[in-house]
Amino acid sequence: MSSISHHDRQTTSLANKIQEVTGVALQNCYQCGKCAAGCPVAGDMEMPSCQVLRLLQYESPDYDRRVLESESIWLCLSCDTCHSRCPQTINTPKVMYFLREEAVRQGLAHPKSKDAQAFHKAFLGSVARHGRLHEIGMLMNYKVRTGHLFQDMTLGSKLYQKGKLELLPHGVEDKAAVKKLFKRTTGNKE
Amino acid sequence: MRIGYYPGCSLTSSAREYDESVRAVCEVLDLTLVEIPDWNCCGASSAHVASEELALSLRARNLALAEAAGLDEILAPCAACFSRLASASVELADNPQKCQAVSEVVGMPYSGGVKVLNMLAVLERFKDEIAAKTDQSFRHKVACYYGCLLVRPTKVAQFDRVEDPQSMDQIMAAAGAKPVRWSSKTECCGTGLSTITRTELVANLSGRIVADAAKREAVAIVTACPMCQTNLDMRRPEINQKLQEEHRIPVLYVTQALGLAMGIDPQRLGLHRNMVPVELPEPEPEVVTTDDDDED
Repeated sequence: MSSISHHDRQTTSLANKIQEVTGVALQNCYQCGKCAAGCPVAGDMEMPSCQVLRLLQYESPDYDRRVLESESIWLCLSCDTCHSRCPQTINTPKVMYFLREEAVRQGLAHPKSKDAQAFHKAFLGSVARHGRLHEIGMLMNYKVRTGHLFQDMTLGSKLYQKGKLELLPHGVEDKAAVKKLFKRTTGNKE
Repeated sequence: MRIGYYPGCSLTSSAREYDESVRAVCEVLDLTLVEIPDWNCCGASSAHVASEELALSLRARNLALAEAAGLDEILAPCAACFSRLASASVELADNPQKCQAVSEVVGMPYSGGVKVLNMLAVLERFKDEIAAKTDQSFRHKVACYYGCLLVRPTKVAQFDRVEDPQSMDQIMAAAGAKPVRWSSKTECCGTGLSTITRTELVANLSGRIVADAAKREAVAIVTACPMCQTNLDMRRPEINQKLQEEHRIPVLYVTQALGLAMGIDPQRLGLHRNMVPVELPEPEPEVVTTDDDDED
């Protein structure tokens, strides 16, 4: 980590945007580390939650970029353990969600996030079409998007035998209502 | 008694046994489930990736449909659906302006009055009936596993103690079971994003929970969340491989466990759909008490 002076601060820092969009004030974090101590995936992150927050507090373009490019922000499980234990009630999962979206917007998302992004697209595509999630349709779409064609193949056939996979979608009756809702809120991106 | 019912997508397919056992147990408890007409997906964790407004409207449509059907309380057995719907319900209840805006997007009026309940919150009301409808012979040591979404975030869940919840333990005890004391009650199983995309992380996190339950000599893990159940049950081969141990402890939905205690036919409870075979040993002898915790 290179040293940084307070003169390098930007006015459009991530910390500012985060406060504006999510209402979370990162300056309230005093680095007790309780969030990382309880985080189930802290050990798998190159920088755990408290370090992400610390880097953002500097409001430096370099550090902001380092956060956006990290895999850490994609590993957050939204289990909310950090938030429920934070003495300053900082909503870290909400910050992580924002950071992911910002990383995608800026084209800086970590390569390993591709699967997660494909999953969301496949999921929403299914809901936009049927109004409900059609699990097998969504999974097939996800596999095509990611190229993981043979992952969990044996599991899939076992689930089918157990009657846990519906081959045909059972959507809502009023498909037009759901389509309209998607259109009004996303401009029909999905 | 009657209550609105929101099965959610999982309960119509991969968690069908949860739906089957919820219906069977509610029938015994004389609780009529009124399915919300034409309910749609709650959007889970994907909708707000596209837009916050989409995420809120998908959930609000269900609340508006419930309100139109005259339902002021709805049961959402899936912990994720519960969390999503409850967060919308809480957000809209405090904000008439937002209520109006979302009503316009959804194309239906919503006044903000529908309350969303999880499975445990509903069962908690029926503890006496549960005790009365069981012969107390289900004296099995069970590990009650709550996961994340039933208790966190606290503002959304508004339910039980966040670090050491008790509701499920008390419900199971009312049915004669012997809940074990353990510290993995609210540990995360790893669902989040990683169920499909990062299975090795799931095996690690879920493995800790399975191993802890086994160490406490529980004969079953009991859960009220389809994601938790799926991870602990369906991902068992990966878990066992990761731990280099052969754990055979079954993972039951709370309604499957209660159904067994009530003497409901296992087929009606969908027990044949669980991936880890549900084979419970002989119940504990009658003299053993709940507080007998020889591990500590």
